[in-house]
This record gives sequence, C-alpha cells and structure tokens, in this order.
Amino acid sequence: MVEPAVDLAHGHAHDDHADHGPQGWLKYLWSTDHKVIAMQYMFTGMFMALVGGFMAYVFRMQLAFPGIDVPGFGAVSPGEYNALVTNHGTIMIFWVAMPVLLAAFGNYLIPLMVGADDMVFPKINRLSFQVFFVSTIVILASLFVEGGGFAGAWTAYPPLSAVAEYNLTRLGSTLWVIGVGLEFVAFLLGGINFITTLMNSRAPGMRAFDVPLVVWMIVVASILFMLSVGPLLAGAIMLIFDQTIGTGFFNPAAGGDPILWQHLFWFFGHPEVYVVLLPAMGVVIEIIATFSRKKVFGYRIVIFTVVATGVLSFFVWAHHQFIAGIDPRMANIFTITTLLISVPIAELCFVYIATLYGGSIRLTTPMLWALAFVAEFLIGGVTGIFLGAAGADIYFHDTYFVLAHFHYTFFPIAIIGTFAAFTYWFPKMFGKMMDERLGKWHFWLTIIPFNVIFIPLFVLGMGGQHRRIYNYNLHEDLNSEMFQDMRILATGALLVMLAAQFIFFYNCWKSGRSGPKAPKNPWKANTLEWTTESPPPHGNWHPLRMPVVYRGPYEYSVPDREDDYWPQNEPDGGPLKVIDGDS
Amino acid sequence: MAARAPVIPFRPRPTKKKLVSDAVLGMILFVFVEIMLFAGFISAFVIIKARAVGSVWPPPNQPRLPFAETAVNTTALIASGIVLLIAHRMFLKGRGLGGGPAELGAGQAGSRGGRMPPHGSSGGVLAGFGGLLSRPVGRLLVAATLLGGMFVGLQGVEWLALIREGLTITSSTYGALFYTIIGAHAAHAVAAILALAWAAVRLRRGTLTRDALSAVAIFWYFVVLVWPFLYFVVYL
Ligand code: HEM
Ligand SMILES: [Cu+2]
Repeated sequence: MVEPAVDLAHGHAHDDHADHGPQGWLKYLWSTDHKVIAMQYMFTGMFMALVGGFMAYVFRMQLAFPGIDVPGFGAVSPGEYNALVTNHGTIMIFWVAMPVLLAAFGNYLIPLMVGADDMVFPKINRLSFQVFFVSTIVILASLFVEGGGFAGAWTAYPPLSAVAEYNLTRLGSTLWVIGVGLEFVAFLLGGINFITTLMNSRAPGMRAFDVPLVVWMIVVASILFMLSVGPLLAGAIMLIFDQTIGTGFFNPAAGGDPILWQHLFWFFGHPEVYVVLLPAMGVVIEIIATFSRKKVFGYRIVIFTVVATGVLSFFVWAHHQFIAGIDPRMANIFTITTLLISVPIAELCFVYIATLYGGSIRLTTPMLWALAFVAEFLIGGVTGIFLGAAGADIYFHDTYFVLAHFHYTFFPIAIIGTFAAFTYWFPKMFGKMMDERLGKWHFWLTIIPFNVIFIPLFVLGMGGQHRRIYNYNLHEDLNSEMFQDMRILATGALLVMLAAQFIFFYNCWKSGRSGPKAPKNPWKANTLEWTTESPPPHGNWHPLRMPVVYRGPYEYSVPDREDDYWPQNEPDGGPLKVIDGDS
Repeated sequence: MAARAPVIPFRPRPTKKKLVSDAVLGMILFVFVEIMLFAGFISAFVIIKARAVGSVWPPPNQPRLPFAETAVNTTALIASGIVLLIAHRMFLKGRGLGGGPAELGAGQAGSRGGRMPPHGSSGGVLAGFGGLLSRPVGRLLVAATLLGGMFVGLQGVEWLALIREGLTITSSTYGALFYTIIGAHAAHAVAAILALAWAAVRLRRGTLTRDALSAVAIFWYFVVLVWPFLYFVVYL
C-alpha cells in the first residue's frame, strides 16, 4: 500500500481543534477530538463498571451468607446493603450503560461512520465529558459522606428519598440527585452533538438511507433521551428542594403527591431503557451483517421500526406503577401499549435472525457476543410481556422476577453489547488485533455464569420473593432451604463471572502491547471507519482525502463482484485506487 | 471485477445542502429539552392542583397572585420578543446595518463562518455604545434587551411583595410551585438577556454572525413563548 508522503497526524485543515493547546498528557484531558473524548467516556465507564461490580459482589455475598464478613468489605449492615443496591443500579445504568454505549461509542463512531472529521461542536463535546466527570466524582463522593450513600433505591421514590428523617442519609441523598442531574446535563450536551453531526456533517454522497444502522440507532436514542429527560430534571429540582429547603412537592403531609414523582421518573425511565437498548441493537446488527457477509434484512424497515419504538416508548411508563394505586382503566391502557411495544422489539429480533439466515457466518469473538445478545435479550423481552400484563404484574411486581427480567435486558445491553462493540472496534481504536482464544474463553466464562446467576432469580421471583430484602432468613415466609441454595448458586456464579473479567483485562493489556498490528479493515467491512488508519489520525482522514460515499453500508456478497464486500466509498466502477489504497 | 470498468476517482453523488445550520439546529434541540422541562413543571402543577385538599386552590390562607399587575410584565416580555423578531429578520436580510449589504457569515457561530465587517469603514468613529445605537438593528437589539430586563425587574418587585404577604417557597405547595416554576423561567430569562447583551456587543464589534444571532434569538423566543402558558396556568 503506497501512501503519499503526507503527515496524517497533522494534516487537518480546520482551526477548531485543540492541538494548538496543551501538549503531552494534558492533551488527553483537554482534547476536543471526538476519539479522545470517547476514550475518556469509555475508561470512566469501565472504571465505574468495576465499582458497580464490586457492589454486586458485596451484596450478593450478604444474600448468600447473611451476616458474614465479606472479604474486602466487612460485615454489611442493613443500611449499607440498601445503599449498595441503590448505587449499584444507579451506577450501572447511568455511569456504565450510558457512558459506554451511548457516549463512548456514539462519540467514537458517529463522526467516523458518517465521514466527518469531528463532531460539529467539539468544545461542547469536551464540556460534556467534563460535566460527566464532575458528576462521577459527586456520585462517588456521595458514598462516603456522613450517613452513607443514598439508600432509597435507584428509582428514588419519595417520601423516602425526600425526607431526611426517613432515609437517614441527608447529604448522601442530595448528592445522589445532584450527581444524576449533572450526568443528565452531560448527555444532553452530547446528544445535541450527535444529532447535529448526523444531520449536518455527513460525507458527500451519504444520504439518510446510506447511514449505518448503529448511527441511526444511537441518534434515535439521543432524541429519546433529550425528549424524556426534561420532566425528570424538573422532578429532580423539586426533589432537591424537598430535601434541602423543606418544600413538600412529594410529601403528602404537606399537600404534595408522591405518585407525581413516579410519573416524572418513569416518563423518563421507560424511554431510558430504549436509550440504552438501541445503541446495543445497532452495534449488534453491524456485527451480524459483517460476519454473516449479508446485507441487513430490511434496512429501511429497521429504521422505521426503531422510530416507531421510540414513539411508543413514551406511552408505556405507567406499567411500572400498576400497583401504585393508579386508576385500573389507566392500567388497561398501559397494558395495551406495553404489549404493543413488544411487537417492534420482536420484529428487530426477527430481522437479525433473517440477516443471519443463509449467511456465511464467521464465529469470531465479536460475532459470538452479538449472537449471545440476541439470544439473551429475547429472554428479557419475553419476560417483559408477563410484567406488562397488569393482572400478572400484581403478583410479579417488586419480586425477583422483575429483577431477573431487567437483568436479562440490561446485561445483554450493557455488558454483552459493550463487549461486542469493544472487541469489534478494538482493532480500529487501538491498532492491534485482539487475541481470539482469550476472547472466547472470556465470552464463555461470562455468558454461562450470567445465565446461572439469573435463571434461579426468575424461580425465586415466581416463588414470591421480594426484592430489596437484606436478610431472607429473618422472614419465615420468604425463606426456605431451597431458596437459600438458589441464592448461593447465583452468588457462586457471580464470583466466577467477575473473575472471568480478568481474562478480558489481561487480553486488552496483552493484545494492546504485543498483538499483531491491525490493518485498516481487518473484518472486510463496508462502513467508512474502516477506510482510515487504525487508529485513525486526528481529523480522521487526511483533509484532502475525506471519504465520498457511493452506496449503502451493507453491500456484502454482491453477485458479480470479486470481493464479497463493497466499501461505501468505492465508486461503482471498481476498487478506488486513487483515493484509497487497500491494505 | 476491477477490470470491468475504468477507475473513476471522484464521482460524488449530488449532496443536499444543510437544511439548518449547525448552531441553529443545536439551539433548536436544546429548546426542545427546555420545552419538556417546563412541560414537566406544568404537569406537576396541574397534578398537585387537582389533588388539592377539598379542591380549594389556591389554598385558603395563601395570598392570590397578582394576575392583573403581571399583565404589564407579560406585555413587556412579548414586546421584547416582537422587537427582537424584527431585528433578527433585518439582520438576516442584511438590512438595518447602516452600511451597504454586508458580507454576512453563513457559517457558524464563533470562529467559523464569515463575519460582518466592523461597521463604518472610517473605523472608530461609530465605535462604542453610540455606534450600536446608530444602526436600526442595534437599536432594536438594545430595546429588546431592555424590555427583557424590565420583565425580570418587575418580576423581582412582584416577588418581594408576595413574600411580604406571606407567600414563600415553604409556606405551601402553592408557594413552592410558584417560586420553582416562575423562578426557573426567570433564570432562563436572565440567561437569555445575557445572551442578547452578548449579541449586542458582538454586533458593535462587527463579529456577530447570522447563526449566532439566530441561536440567541431562538432561545429568547422560547423564553417569551413559554411565558403565556405559565402565566395562564400558574397565575389564573
Ligand atoms: C419487550 C420489551 C419490554 C417490556 C414489555 C417490559 C416490561 C416491563 C414491565 C411491565 C416492568 C415493570 C415490572 C414491575 O415493576 O412490576 C419492567 C421493569 C423493568 N424493565 Fe422492562 N420491559 C421491556 C424491555 C426492557 C428493556 C429493553 C429494559 C432495559 C434496557 C428494561 C428494563 C427494565 C427495568 C430496569 C425494570 C425495573 C425497574 C425497577 O422497578 O427497578 N425492560 N419491564
Ligand atoms: Cu418500562
């Protein structure tokens, strides 16, 4: 491959970038490059995943062996137990799933996949991470203040969350709300960038229906987030006032309404599950198309489906409140909308299977993760339908069945989806190929324990075991030897799964240091990020060789072509020798 | 296959022009978030009002909000919006700048995009605050800013009176809702007024781009247009 003698790293033509600014390590703190910001989000998110994982380890140990001295933590008091589960949920959703899938991969992929040199507002992008970083410090600090971290569940229902005399964490609960609020502001700033970049910075020739699905899905997710978060921010402001200056918005004793918070929270909360789901869905379909060498089945249908899901997701929130005393007629309506929203989700799963059908499937590590996502998420989606039926939910609500349901959705999203994306784009991000053998060990040692953890929890839930209970031995009616054995099994599997993550970190470290150098396009994929160096230089392409797009992203195995792939930037005439030497 | 056709290096499909410029699009998105924020506040108000004890609203021992007096602020705010609308349109068309048709930036706010050349080729003669007022756009922009300031000022006076009458943020959920919602609006108004003042300064320096003014103006229109909803929901 012959490259003209241009210094790629410094060949950018626009003046909005930071490299006139600080140099050295400061460059990484103060950069406006979308790839650097993506890495900042990614590593912060991964660090928080370790924090959240550690919390899970502590409270699962307490559940399996009530009262023991948990190694590395000590004995768990009831208050600490509640603070641990609360912050585990909060951190995993807002500081792991969102920053990694939405912010890190959104930042990394959108400009590269639409052929732009950076986000439209690089400085707002940098501000977004800085706000996020502050929010991370706030939420971590909230765990160590006097009284301990907030312990009123990640849904923060008042009056428990609003009145310090009830929750006993005056400072912790306020810091918790402030941290979450700041985090939302960070993602708002990011979302503005994502949407604007997709609309205004696409490469010449890239029409709306030439945009890779993952970009579509991340942008739809950002739109959902931006439309749903306003009411929750309003609620957060009111909650902070309740906590600090003693207003009574959510306090029935003072004329307020606690259910109001539930509406504001879930009006955000349900779209939020699609905010994290869609990026993972997008990642998975990219990987499935690449490794089955097939065009995505029904590209446009997927986009319409995703938009329809987004619209519907604003009309299902009260399925979280079936037993909160809402009007039964309202419960009926929300049952119907909830069952309706399962249709597009099921449709997406079928599209993925149809894309696989008849393809020449290569079971690389990313592909394994992608397939596992479809299989496991299916279980999560199907159990959601049970919960969506108001009658069934009266029994299931707040049991381990709910917990297992959403772990079968969130785990595929936040963990499986992330590993799929990470292993797929690792060569692009770090310029090295990952070790496949270690990758597969890591895959199986994560997937199998995952199922061993959560299948027993479905059983526990059907047995009527409530969530958020510190020590089941103290409750005659909830405790039996069989139930306790299942809890021990789940905890044991969790330990295996956590230990298996060291394989992943070792693999990253080893491959990053001594893995084979990654070519530009190791998977022979079509999308634009594979047409630049691995890792891409500042500005992504040489400014004179910015990509031009000629076709959609999934032209695999086109008949009459020598190669079974057809990059988006190759003109119809044949491989483009002048613009891009193939590596 | 490569042998089938000659290599054609550059054949871009025709591209569509940007429908909306970056800065304007970014601001519109932001405004949507803000609309949802206020929608959240308004729904909170409506729900708490609907659940009021004995359906008595406002609570019996609380002062009434000055609906009639507030009509004055409301007028000032709406007038400000209209004045800004005129200034904005003039600026977009490149009129009302006192000079010839200026080369206006079509790019982005900030450093990208073209800029208006500093007004007055003689340089310095028209600089300063007077320079701003000598141009119709400048006059209108200053008027819009001042009217906005008047709105916030009158609002402050009103708050002081209400606090004297016993309506505070902790005196009832009524007071809490009032100060939170109207306070949130006032905070937005202050931010928007600062942005308008910033635009006026840029106009005087000749560095105001169309996009920058449009972004600021859209934010101000939002602040103006959301007010009537708050006024009728909260004050009535
Ligand atoms: C087919 C789609 C889905 C349906 C029909 C569905 C339905 C439901 C229902 C009815 C509940 C309330 C159960 C209860 O509290 O009694 C629930 C809870 C939950 N779902 Fe789903 N769900 C679906 C997909 C998802 C996805 C994709 C996610 C996550 C990304 C998710 C995350 C959650 C969470 C976190 C909760 C529990 C919240 C809590 O109480 O702490 N769900 N789901
Ligand atoms: Cu939901």
